[in-house]
Amino acid sequence: MAIDLAQFIQTFFEESFEGLDVMEAGLLALEPDAAVDLEQINTIFRAAHSIKGGSGTFGFKNVTDFTHLMETLLDKMREGRMAISRAAVNTLLESVDCLREMLVAARENAQVDDERVQALRDRLMQLLELKQTAPTATPASDEPTPPQTLGWCIQFQPYPQMMHSGNDPVRMFRELAELGELTVRPDVARLPRLADLQPEDCYLSWELELVGLAPHDAVAEVFAWVEGDCELTLTPLVEAVTPVSAAPPLPSPAVRPGTAEEGQQGELLLERRQTEDRRKGDRRASAVTTPDGGSIRVGIDKVDAVINLVGELVTTQSMLSALGEGFDMSRLDKLHEALDQLDRNTRDLQEHVMRIRMLPVSSVFSRFPRLVHDMSGKLGKEVDLRINGEQTELDKTVIEKIGDPLVHLIRNSLDHGLEPPDERVRAGKPATGVISLDAYHKSGSIFIEVGDDGRGLNREALLRKGLDTGLLKAGEDYSDEQIYELIFHPGLSTAKQISDVSGRGVGMDVVRRNIQDVGGSIQITSQPGKGARITICLPLTLAILDGQLVSIGQDCYIIPLLSVIESVQIRADAVNRVAGKGEILRFRGQPLPILRLYELFGTEDAVTDLEKGLLVVVEADGRQVGLFVDDLEGQQQISIKSLEKNFRRVSGVAGATILGDGRVGLILDISGLIRVNNPVL
Amino acid sequence: MANILVVDDSASMRQMVEFTLKEAGHQVTVAEDGQAALAIAKGGLTSDLVITDVNMPNMDGITLIRELRSLPAYKFTPILTLTTESTTEKKMEGKDAGATGWIVKPFNPEKLLATVNKVLG
Repeated sequence: MAIDLAQFIQTFFEESFEGLDVMEAGLLALEPDAAVDLEQINTIFRAAHSIKGGSGTFGFKNVTDFTHLMETLLDKMREGRMAISRAAVNTLLESVDCLREMLVAARENAQVDDERVQALRDRLMQLLELKQTAPTATPASDEPTPPQTLGWCIQFQPYPQMMHSGNDPVRMFRELAELGELTVRPDVARLPRLADLQPEDCYLSWELELVGLAPHDAVAEVFAWVEGDCELTLTPLVEAVTPVSAAPPLPSPAVRPGTAEEGQQGELLLERRQTEDRRKGDRRASAVTTPDGGSIRVGIDKVDAVINLVGELVTTQSMLSALGEGFDMSRLDKLHEALDQLDRNTRDLQEHVMRIRMLPVSSVFSRFPRLVHDMSGKLGKEVDLRINGEQTELDKTVIEKIGDPLVHLIRNSLDHGLEPPDERVRAGKPATGVISLDAYHKSGSIFIEVGDDGRGLNREALLRKGLDTGLLKAGEDYSDEQIYELIFHPGLSTAKQISDVSGRGVGMDVVRRNIQDVGGSIQITSQPGKGARITICLPLTLAILDGQLVSIGQDCYIIPLLSVIESVQIRADAVNRVAGKGEILRFRGQPLPILRLYELFGTEDAVTDLEKGLLVVVEADGRQVGLFVDDLEGQQQISIKSLEKNFRRVSGVAGATILGDGRVGLILDISGLIRVNNPVL
Repeated sequence: MANILVVDDSASMRQMVEFTLKEAGHQVTVAEDGQAALAIAKGGLTSDLVITDVNMPNMDGITLIRELRSLPAYKFTPILTLTTESTTEKKMEGKDAGATGWIVKPFNPEKLLATVNKVLG
């Protein structure tokens, strides 16, 4: 029976990556040179052990070899035969990284950085005080080859308790019989009187004669499991002086080459299977190896909740069909009731199905203790990383996309935000800086905040830079938000000087773009000398959004409800035309730019009189704008279809959807609209 | 067809062993650590064979074997350990606890089935 191992390999990778995370977290929590926390090391050891076992079975020999060294080291630490030095922990941490790369390479059929692997192997070996050997060297069996025999005489005397280990002598006889012609002679001499007989003990012993060319090892192998549970003697059968048995200790051509060949054949088989696996892997490459197409682990409670809701849906459905049979107007109330219930069921079901895609942000957060540990060491800063809310759940796709931006933000805080210890002490702050990472759920969105208690943004330097580059105009009054906003500007963020003076900036535009790509927004607050805080707001899911439908002419557009502040009717005399800036409404004491959407989209038959239409005030990235539309329609949940995939990217449009009546509605990209029409501020 | 209890904390190994044994027509029950396996056994499941990993959280394979051997229904049941250790010392740890034998990792489905058939006869 051929079993395709490829189907389990995906699981192997998943659990291995989880194992690596466990190892990393465990290693980071180890206090070097302190008393050994046995459970801690055991956990790390077990994770390494599982990876080793699995990688061997699934044919990733380089991973097995490498993990074996790590495991050996951990075993020594566990047994107290080796100190948990900082050097050892750091080497193990680097080995975890290396192992992760090896596994990624294995998953994607890519090349590993052999030099790096070898370098780490050498370091592990050094710690283990092992001789450094080439990775492929395997100990050759150099036992003297036993002479060939005609067969074996086997004296087998089990100890009374042998069967307590589940070993059945009959099993062994059966196996021996496969090796040659077997004669079994029982010896009942030790059998006690019936009254003294313990039914669970073994009193029999056997003399066995095996005639055949079976080598010693093959016969001994049969008894391997009962070693220590019996007396066993193997004597070669020499009936007569035959040319073979008289032969000097030279390996007999009939036996040794045979076993060697068997071994080779076995390897060949294994190799062939691997290539088959690889071929199958290739064929399925798009399904298995693309990182986005991976699988997801879902808690059984989530699945149960969905099943439960489907049950309710079925009940509602049968209620409706019962109503439909011979319906008359007197039962209209009942119909409404049932439809309401259907509505509720659908919404609940949708929410719960969505939850299946949700993962705790801890899967991203867990890498930061390591990052902070490594970087603070390099920078000579003392940092206390405080993580809160890592159980907050987010859509899997969002989780995958926010990792890099967060790394960037934390790095910035560490590198530029936090002062060196002496500077902090001079400023009257504790020498140890604090970086906080918080995730929480608020009004239908997920918020992630990265804060530090460092020096904060340098407003003056930013303002100067903004004026120099012409992004800001001299003489105008700018709010803090408007100035901090500059760090997200691509032109500024890459400028070296600004990151030196203000402390932040490299690639912040990329950070913002990544966040926006997943429908989120990013904001920054800062207090000089007290620190900065960056708040990322993310949608719960990418697939569905709550939308406000608005009409412009014959068309229907959707504004993400999250961006909507309010909708107002305005008086035309409150609007000023400002040269170069379009129309500005004085709104609640603030100037609000007006964007006439029908102009932007070239819509005909739209309302053009400001007093006859409506102004929807929306906000994105901390800036507000008034979108002028004909009228508001309903609010509904919108399932987002990609416009890019089906047509092409249109600036100001985030996607499209199909409305209840079959029309296509375009979903407005608010921050895109604001940027397009007001590039600076 | 035999009833086989498979205990391993690694999902991939569990799946592989379960799939292989089921393909061969056996009835398979899986548990993800010693504690779960023991609960299943105490719950009244009888088995013709137990295959268990050694290194597991909550309850390791060695403890599981000791516990199983104290249950009348598992006193003589063959128990095989899955071990990566080829050294006698480690294999013997399982034996001392009452294991029947072992399967050394890495193993492939063929080797697994050969060993299982050997034990089941």
